[in-house]
Amino acid sequence: MRVLLTLMRREMASYFLSLSGYVIIAAATFLNSFGFVLLLMQLRQSASPMPVTEMYYVTPIFWIVLLLAVPVITMRSFALERATGTYETLMTSPVREGTVVLAKFFSALFFYLVMWLPMIAVVTVIQHFSNERQSLDPSIIGSTYLGILLVGALFLSFGIFASALTKSQTVAAMVSLALCTSLFLLGFLPSLLPDTATRAAKLLAWVALFDHMHDFARGVIDTRPAIFFVSFTVFFLVLTLRVVESRRWK
Amino acid sequence: MIEVSDLTKRYAGHTAVDNISFTVERGEIVGLLGPNGAGKSTTMRILSSFLPATSGTAKVAGWDVFHDSLEVRRRIGFMPENNPLHMDMRVREYLKFRARVKGLGVRRSRERVDTVMDQCGITDVSKRLIGQLSKGYKQRVGLADALLHDPELIILDEPTIGLDPHQIRAVRALIKGLAEKHTVLISTHILPEVEMTCSRVLIMYEGRILAADSTDNLQRRMNVNGQIVAEVDAPAQQLHECFSQIPELESFNISALDGSFQRCALTAKDGLDLRLMVYELARLNSWTLRELTRSRHSLEDIYIQVTQPGEEDEV
Repeated sequence: MRVLLTLMRREMASYFLSLSGYVIIAAATFLNSFGFVLLLMQLRQSASPMPVTEMYYVTPIFWIVLLLAVPVITMRSFALERATGTYETLMTSPVREGTVVLAKFFSALFFYLVMWLPMIAVVTVIQHFSNERQSLDPSIIGSTYLGILLVGALFLSFGIFASALTKSQTVAAMVSLALCTSLFLLGFLPSLLPDTATRAAKLLAWVALFDHMHDFARGVIDTRPAIFFVSFTVFFLVLTLRVVESRRWK
Repeated sequence: MIEVSDLTKRYAGHTAVDNISFTVERGEIVGLLGPNGAGKSTTMRILSSFLPATSGTAKVAGWDVFHDSLEVRRRIGFMPENNPLHMDMRVREYLKFRARVKGLGVRRSRERVDTVMDQCGITDVSKRLIGQLSKGYKQRVGLADALLHDPELIILDEPTIGLDPHQIRAVRALIKGLAEKHTVLISTHILPEVEMTCSRVLIMYEGRILAADSTDNLQRRMNVNGQIVAEVDAPAQQLHECFSQIPELESFNISALDGSFQRCALTAKDGLDLRLMVYELARLNSWTLRELTRSRHSLEDIYIQVTQPGEEDEV
């Protein structure tokens, strides 16, 4: 536990004490604010019964930020250490492989959540200038953030896994982008199928990230997607652990 | 401290370490000497349980490097090749981080960080960024890291590579100073390094250990066919007669030098030292003697000879 915290502090420092961390946050905030401008333009044209979070969610900006930021956040985690060789000093220290994987994952998750914090400012601005208090129910904002956390955790576990596979940050970023995007697009497949009652269609509906996240943005917390996200995240973290251990397989 | 038996490491297509066995006793400084690509780094990586061996076993302090990896890692301080460090951290911050990673408590970390910084002479740069340090300082930071948890065994892969002569001296002195409390295994392809710092040397070539002995012993063994060279002012004829009467001489060779000086290369039987006898001869015959040396084989000769393909049987 102590070692985990030490490693996390180090990882966090590498995000927050370097320029790259702030560039990621700035870029994400810029794109999100762009989504906010689109949202305001929509609101000026017509009133809407949708919660603000949902209105924001249905602009494409949300997924662009998510799909692009996550690979950039995670690409360095293992790949950079392997490239510089510090991986060797780390792994020849008396630390468990699992601790290393968890430290990398949790610090990436923490950074990711910090990246979304500026959105609270957006919500506050809307709250300040509108009379529609109900559309900004704190519980809806809470559920949106829970959705952001869960989807993010899943994507980050993809990214950490991809980073553990290679020395090259570029390869890590591209592999995790491919993984995240394909899972995202898989959710749209059922709409192309002629029959939505088949087993395949049901299975695909289960991984429909867009719909799951839509529920969270509307303030609907369903345990099924939550379990889906958590179990997939754990699964990919275990895979990462196996990759890290594989160095020592005979 | 280290017991390696029948260790082999094969990468796809080539054998990096080929069935080697050796032991290192507690308190020894052992040098792993060999040209680049001889398998030194691979051996060290296996010992630090970073890589698994293809076959054979290696034990550190009685623990198997594969099965009891965590126990082994608690007992070793490993400085990998090229000394990788976090360049964006400050010296003190880095060492504290490393101490905590190695499981030391807050107070103990602080204590040990101060001790090793003092030991390695980096206290004056403790607040500088590692990336901005000179190579010599970086190397000492790496060394300090290896010493942090006061390990029983210290493994240093090419600790003096890329340093200037002053820095090399400082690092070597530091390594020698470790011998009192620790066992040290260092790898190098620089010969004087082994001669100066190590009590024992293992010469590796193409994945095998070709020679393993104390540095003194290796030199003695090489001196068996050592030569004595004398430059004397005497008629060649007379020299010939004198030398052929000496039973201890195996062979000799006389060649003319400038003026009336002759260069005599004498090879004695069983590596005997015949210098005194040559001097006596010169005195009795009133020859002028201007040079008398015994060519000592340095470790370099041994190294060159051992690592020459097909000649390994000679040593």
